[in-house]
Amino acid sequence: MASTDTAATVKKDDLAGLEAGLDALDAVEIRRTPVREVLLKKVLPPTIAVALVLAVWQILVSAKITEETKLPAPSAVWDGLVDMWLQGTLLEVVWTSVSRGLAGFLLALAIGTPLGLLVARVKFVRAAIGPILSGLQSLPSVAWVPPAVLWFGLNDAMMFTVILLGAVPSIANGLVSGVDQVPPLFLRAGRTMGATGLKGTWHVVLPAALPGYLAGLKQGWAFSWRSLMAAEIIASSPDLGLGLGQLLENGRNNIDLPGVFLAILLILVVGIAIDLLIFSPLERWVLRSRGLLVK
Amino acid sequence: MATTFAKAAEGTVAEQTHAARIEHVSKSFSGPAGTQLVLDDVSLDVAPGEFVTILGASGCGKSTLLNLVAGLDRPTQGSIETPGGRPALMFQEHALFPWLTAGKNIELALRLRGVAKSERRPEAERLLELVRLGGAYGKRVHELSGGMRQRVALARALAQDSQLLLMDEPFAALDAITRDVLHGELTRIWEETNLSVLFVTHNVREAVRLAQRVVLLSSRPGRVAKEWTVGIEQPRRIEDADVAELSLEITEHLRGEIRRHGQH
Repeated sequence: MASTDTAATVKKDDLAGLEAGLDALDAVEIRRTPVREVLLKKVLPPTIAVALVLAVWQILVSAKITEETKLPAPSAVWDGLVDMWLQGTLLEVVWTSVSRGLAGFLLALAIGTPLGLLVARVKFVRAAIGPILSGLQSLPSVAWVPPAVLWFGLNDAMMFTVILLGAVPSIANGLVSGVDQVPPLFLRAGRTMGATGLKGTWHVVLPAALPGYLAGLKQGWAFSWRSLMAAEIIASSPDLGLGLGQLLENGRNNIDLPGVFLAILLILVVGIAIDLLIFSPLERWVLRSRGLLVK
Repeated sequence: MATTFAKAAEGTVAEQTHAARIEHVSKSFSGPAGTQLVLDDVSLDVAPGEFVTILGASGCGKSTLLNLVAGLDRPTQGSIETPGGRPALMFQEHALFPWLTAGKNIELALRLRGVAKSERRPEAERLLELVRLGGAYGKRVHELSGGMRQRVALARALAQDSQLLLMDEPFAALDAITRDVLHGELTRIWEETNLSVLFVTHNVREAVRLAQRVVLLSSRPGRVAKEWTVGIEQPRRIEDADVAELSLEITEHLRGEIRRHGQH
């Protein structure tokens, strides 16, 4: 009896050792990219591209290939920027638009999220408004400016209406496609653990749909920003304060080409900056924590 | 025609005669090609603490049967009772949630079972210890190897504290060495707990290596074709001569079942 006991113990210990060895051999090593490599591979190429564009621009102007009235010199645009900075209006103008855009986006988030969940989870709602929701995405939001002006007049409510009509469909559709892509296996695993109904939505469906939802948010922000600019360009009024869209429109009215270029560049830079500072890190963090980030 | 998860009243638990009772269960699916009978009058009892494997070729409806016992689907006819509550289910894929760490995956199962917040972490650590993954609490799913993922999945299934564990070819996607080790682990954990296991596989040796009883299902429709009681003492190894001998006998029957389909 004693001998079989020892045999069994040896076999068991053997198993533990074997398992530890297998785990060590199979361990997946996660390596963070060093800063130098990030600089070299992610920062350097776009910097070179921007420098090239600026160089070509300067050459076009210096060599007088285009007229100064059609294409202002980069230095003229830069001077405009410095002037605005010295007058203290630069940050004010940018903030007027950014604060409006972000507030509108948050509002769109608050409406688009439950709407998307409803469309994704309730068959009747999906059949009823699903196609309309995805169709709305292809409607340029500038089309909403005239009715919004007629409904609300020239005020912030009109701006927010245009942003919402542009961004809510993107956010809702992002969530719907995120939910649709949840692997059925996760739902089955959740159900066997008792995650059904609201519990299943909260613990399984929503976290599983997060990557698709974030992609929708990114697009939602882009739509918010575009809609806002359209609204600001078309509907300018002293009551609304000076935003980037009005800056652009003022440049046109004053036939100030450097001012127009400056406004366009600022709109572009702000749109990219918000994406780079908020949405991209969020998306990367979610994907990396799930092992989904492909280098 | 019902699946009953009813937890037996306190006091009667000790007198339970079965962990699962499958009585005259039939299941048919209707599709564009008409109604297809997948399971035909299957009856099977799993005793408390018993390890049963269901063996069959593809199309025998073994996964369908497991889904019925798990309550993911309803039988067309017959009844299924699991007096120990909702059974835990392990899949061929680990089905762990990638947005949670290994430990939090287990804690989610505990939370859904109603375990108090303060008790979840120590219990999750204990279960990870049980599957010999003591250091893996904070690891993300993608940082674990295939074998480690299945062990975390086993720990999560155990966290449901069900008396019945259903396993749907849980080791089929693993390499042979890892599978062999996990057979040993499963046997050890089954012996340490008083768990009943209903294990589905198409691997005859695996069935004999693990089970006290092997049930062979015929294919299209699935019926209980034959049963074997495995008297070989644990710990067994898949290479053992008596495991091989019984496997050979069962394989002959399995092949006979498969051959019948070529004769039509």
